[in-house]
Parts: sequence; C-alpha cells; structure tokens
Amino acid sequence: MNPSAEALLARVRAALEASGNGGQKTARKADFRAVLPPARGGEAELTALFAQNASELNAEYRACGSFDGAVAFLKELAAREGWKRLAAHRGGLAEKAAGALGLAATWTDGGYDLAELERCDVSITDCDALVAQTGGALVNARSAGGRALSVLPHHHVVVAPRERLLPDLPAAFELLEKKYGPDYPSFISFITGPSRTADIEQTLVLGAHGPRKLTILMF
Amino acid sequence: MTLNSREFSAASGRAASDSKQQGLLAYAIGNYTVKRDASRAKFRDWEGARKAAEDVKREALENLDGLLAKFIGKVEGRGGKVFCARDAAEARDYIIGLAEEKGVRSIVKSKSMTTEEIGLNHALEGRGFGVVESDLGEFIIQLRGETPYHIVFPAVHLSRQQVSALFHERLGSPETENPGELTGVARAHLRKVFCSADMGITGANFAVAETGMISVTENEGNARLTMSLPRIHVAVVGIEKIIPRLSDLALLLPVLATNGTGQGMSCYNSFVGGPRRGGECDGPAEFHVVLLDNGRTRILADPDKSEVLRCIRCGGCLGVCPVFRTVGGHAYGTVYPGPIGAVLTPLLRGICEWGHLSFASSLCEACTETCPVRIEIHRLILKNRRDYNRACPSSVQRLAFRAFAFVARRPALFRLAGKAASLGQHFYPLVGWLPFNPLRRWTDTRAMPRVSFTPFRDWWKRRRAGRAE
Repeated sequence: MNPSAEALLARVRAALEASGNGGQKTARKADFRAVLPPARGGEAELTALFAQNASELNAEYRACGSFDGAVAFLKELAAREGWKRLAAHRGGLAEKAAGALGLAATWTDGGYDLAELERCDVSITDCDALVAQTGGALVNARSAGGRALSVLPHHHVVVAPRERLLPDLPAAFELLEKKYGPDYPSFISFITGPSRTADIEQTLVLGAHGPRKLTILMF
Repeated sequence: MTLNSREFSAASGRAASDSKQQGLLAYAIGNYTVKRDASRAKFRDWEGARKAAEDVKREALENLDGLLAKFIGKVEGRGGKVFCARDAAEARDYIIGLAEEKGVRSIVKSKSMTTEEIGLNHALEGRGFGVVESDLGEFIIQLRGETPYHIVFPAVHLSRQQVSALFHERLGSPETENPGELTGVARAHLRKVFCSADMGITGANFAVAETGMISVTENEGNARLTMSLPRIHVAVVGIEKIIPRLSDLALLLPVLATNGTGQGMSCYNSFVGGPRRGGECDGPAEFHVVLLDNGRTRILADPDKSEVLRCIRCGGCLGVCPVFRTVGGHAYGTVYPGPIGAVLTPLLRGICEWGHLSFASSLCEACTETCPVRIEIHRLILKNRRDYNRACPSSVQRLAFRAFAFVARRPALFRLAGKAASLGQHFYPLVGWLPFNPLRRWTDTRAMPRVSFTPFRDWWKRRRAGRAE
C-alpha cells in the first residue's frame, strides 16, 4: 500500500481509538424493503407501477407485445423524428433492433469517433434491468455499449424484454452482484428519466447535458 | 468580534433586506418542500429509512480504518490510483502535479462541494489550467465569479433575467427569458468543452468499500460526460463518504434524492470502479481517487462530535432553517452554509475564527428533525457554542459577568444597582445610538427590556403583608 494511505489509516485508527468508537458496534439492520417505497405484486402490477413512475419522470414507456412490435414502433419513431443516423452497440437486442431500421449507424464497440457519435439522432441500447420502484433502467459499460452511448445523443432508446423488469432497487443490486460480482464493469449507472435541470428559477428543463428524450420499449 | 464574524453580520443584514433574493429563495424552498414531502410519503416508513441510513453510516464510521483499506485495495486492484491527502494543500498539489505530468490542457468539472472545500479551481487556474464547471448552476456562478449559494441548488439566488444577461455578455447569446433556451445555450457551449477536455474532475456522494467504487448522483448528465470523455478521471472524495456495501445504495440513493431535491431517485446514479477495462469501448485510461482528510480524522477522534461525519450533504437542513431562509447562502462566507455549515465549518477551519456561525441558530431543531441520517445538528451547534466560549471568551462578556458576579454577591449593592438601572434606563435613548455602545447590536433591532422601579423583593414583601392582613 502506498505511503499516503498508510499515513491516513494510522490517523484513522488513532482517532477511533481516542474516541472509543472503533470496532463493529452497529450491525446491519432490517431489510431495506420494509422502509423503501412499496413495489410488490405480480407482473401486471409491477408493469403498471413501472409505467406510472416512468411517465412521472417524463420518460416515454411503450409495452410493445413482441420484439417485432418494438421494431415497428421504432420505425414509426424514426419517421416521426426524421432520424438520419443512429448509434448502438453489438451483441444484444439493441443490435437486432437497430439493424432492422436500415439507417446509417455508428457502432461503439471497439472504439468510435466522438464527433460522429455526437451527431447521431438517437442511441439504442440494451439494459440489465428495469426497476418498477423508480421507473428507471440499469445499464453498464459492458451491457450498453460503453459509457457515453447512453448519454451523448439527444434521444436514448432502451429495449428490454419483459423478464428484465425487477420490482425494486434491492433486487437490482442483487442482480448486479449475481451477474458481475466481483468482476464488475468499470461503469454502472441507474438512469431514471431523461436528463434534467431546474437550476434556473426552479423551472424544469429536459435535456440539460444528456438526452432530452428517453424511450423505454418493453416486449 | 472577529473579522469573519463582522462580515457575517454585515452580509446577513444586507441579505435579510434584499427582497428579490428572498423571493427567489422562498419560491425555491416552497417548491422543494412540496416535492420532498410527496417523496417521503411514498416510503413505507420514512422514519425507519432515516434510522436505517443512520445505521449504515454509523457502521461505516465505526469501521472506517478497515473499510478505507478495503476501498483502496479494490481501486488499486483494478488499475486505479489512490492518493490520501492530509489537507487541502496536499490534495491540490497532487492534482496539479498530475495535470502537469500528463500534459493536461483543459479540465472539465462536475459539481463537487469537496473540491470547493479545497479551493481547487482557484489553484488550478493559478497554474494556468482552464477549468470549466459543467453543472448548469455551477457554470452560472463560475461565470459570475461567485461561490455556490446552496449545497444542492448553487444558483438559486439568481433570476432568469440575470442568467440571460450573463450569458449574453459572456457567451454572446441572444437575450431570452426562457429557461429552456438558456439551458440550451449552456449545453451547446459545454458540449465543446466536454469533447476537448483532457481531465475530468468529480466528487463522489458515496465510496463503496466492498467493491472499490465511487457513486455519483446527478440530474443533468454532466457528471457522466465528465467521467466518460476525458482521458483522465480524478475523483475528490472525503473519507467520510465510505459505506460498507454496494447494496447499501439501494437505501441511500432514494434517501439522498428525497431529502436533497425532493425526487424519488435522481436522474443518474453512476458507479465508477476504475479506468476503462479490457473489452470496454470508452472511458478514461486513468482513474485517480484523492481521499481527503482535511480535519476529518480530528473530528472522528472527538466522540462528542464525530456524528457530523455521517452527513451525506443533501442540503435538506438549509431549506428548513429560519436563519438560512433569512440570510441566504452567501452571508455565511463559507463553503458549507446553513445548520450543517454552522457545525462543520468551526470544526474544520477553527472554532475561534468560525465559531460565531454556531450562534446563527434559533435552536428550533428543524435541522435535526429533517436530517436523513439523524445527526443531532442542534446539539452539535450547542456544543460548538460551549467550545467557542471556552476557547476564545470575549473580554467584554467576561468583564460584564465579573461585574455582575461582584454586584450580585452584595445584596445592598444589588439593590442600589437595581434602582440605578430603573432610573438610568430613561436616559438610554440619549446614549443608545452612540457607536461605542456595546448593547447597540441588540437594541438596534429589539426593544430594551424594561427594568421595573419596584424590585421583585419589595413587591413580594408587600404582597405577603397584604395577605396577612
């Protein structure tokens, strides 16, 4: 360990000794689920809860029935918003969905040109989970095409099969540990609605630095 | 009175009579309160959540040595670098040295109170580095050359007209009163900054010992860009940010959002555990964590006050404080304002220089009631007052109490003094306005308490005599 760390740890130990507060005294308490906002029930209830929370965040949520339904909706969106270029990553549903659109595409895997990614109208990514309790999505550098793909373009589309829907945050952290621990990706993010700010007179503005629009397609 | 204390009094007076600032602040706090209460109501048990959050932070502080060692080991194990800074100067020097060694030209920052605490921007600019704050509120106050007004809402004291005029003057954008358009101006300007910066600097809301990750909470996406695009990422983290487990965040993230901004969950909660790994397509090549002590181990050693280290910097105690609501954030003249600042600043920067802030409290306990990690803020304020009076007693006060004790121990003299005061008070208006009058700070804004001509002892004697008849 480096000398600055040794010195810090020595100071911390001395402080804990001096205060008499050191050593395990407070044990981890109750299940967080007993206090967090409730997120229980079957698939229908959880889907409804997710939809409600997502819409309160100004995210667009669509239940698409099937993967083909999701692609059909994407095509509709592409036409409506006049997408010319999309960005996505390989190795998941995002690749299949993006491929079906037949647009010029920037693939982030294996490196990309930043200016080109910035010019893309939309990014399409997978996710690890959708969280009913918050109405948000869990992504990481491995599962969603790196760090910048899901934050740089103006519009972010998440595609997720129904089984990715989890009830609550404790379940999402259990999933992270089971799926990746201890070899975690270098970057993990809970995305809860499109980028926002209220720094000017408390007026909500979407698209502060990240996407103005977040669309979540579940099938 | 110290210079800091005099400045605080003067600035408080100015802010308290600035109705425009008061209006903006009251509006923002009103909004926040409604949202916060709605978010709290969604919890199954908000009080239980506070207790659980307290326990997580308590456990972390009790085991801070072991958890810090674990955190450092995990970060280094994944190719990150950790530097432990004893004080602000060591932290600044490390970051400046790193920037010089790596040939950094431009630096982008996302909002961090810890970097404010160490005066990082000023130091970097002094060495010729361009540093740009990317959080919208921080960007605005950086352009104005100010410090954050509030821990969570740094530009809450400014109107849209002021922001418009500022952007017009500094960025050449057309004047507009539409916050959406103003945000767009900043977004376009800062995109260029993000895409060309060599170094990104962030703080951290939590540091997870179990996995060696920092957790960064934000709404705008600027912290994500800061941690994604530049080739070097530096995180400046107070040692009290350590928590034991990754899964503790399942509780702490919604608790922080609820009490911080009134949201159920902030827009982006991101965890970074090192530089870009093999198989990942982007992210910085280097990840540095600067763990900051800067007085924290001194607080940890004091069992009377160490609970303040549980603070997660949600800023919730600012909005509920009648003093903060009246004098605003700048009057304090410190990085951390409001009740938590009144506790923390004297502890971090010296009780004699900053202890006066602990007197800027009505002790109404609203801060203690709202604190999501159940810090007894009002008690810590009282303890600071006690320590302040011990460490640097005021000579005027000491003289006054000595004189009082002398008189009070001598009944005849006490009686005479009472009579003298009851007569003398009629002359007070004649001298009360004089600049050297030590009572003036009280009597300028309050009525002088009246001394009765009949002392209590006489009144009591007469009353008893009347009954006996």
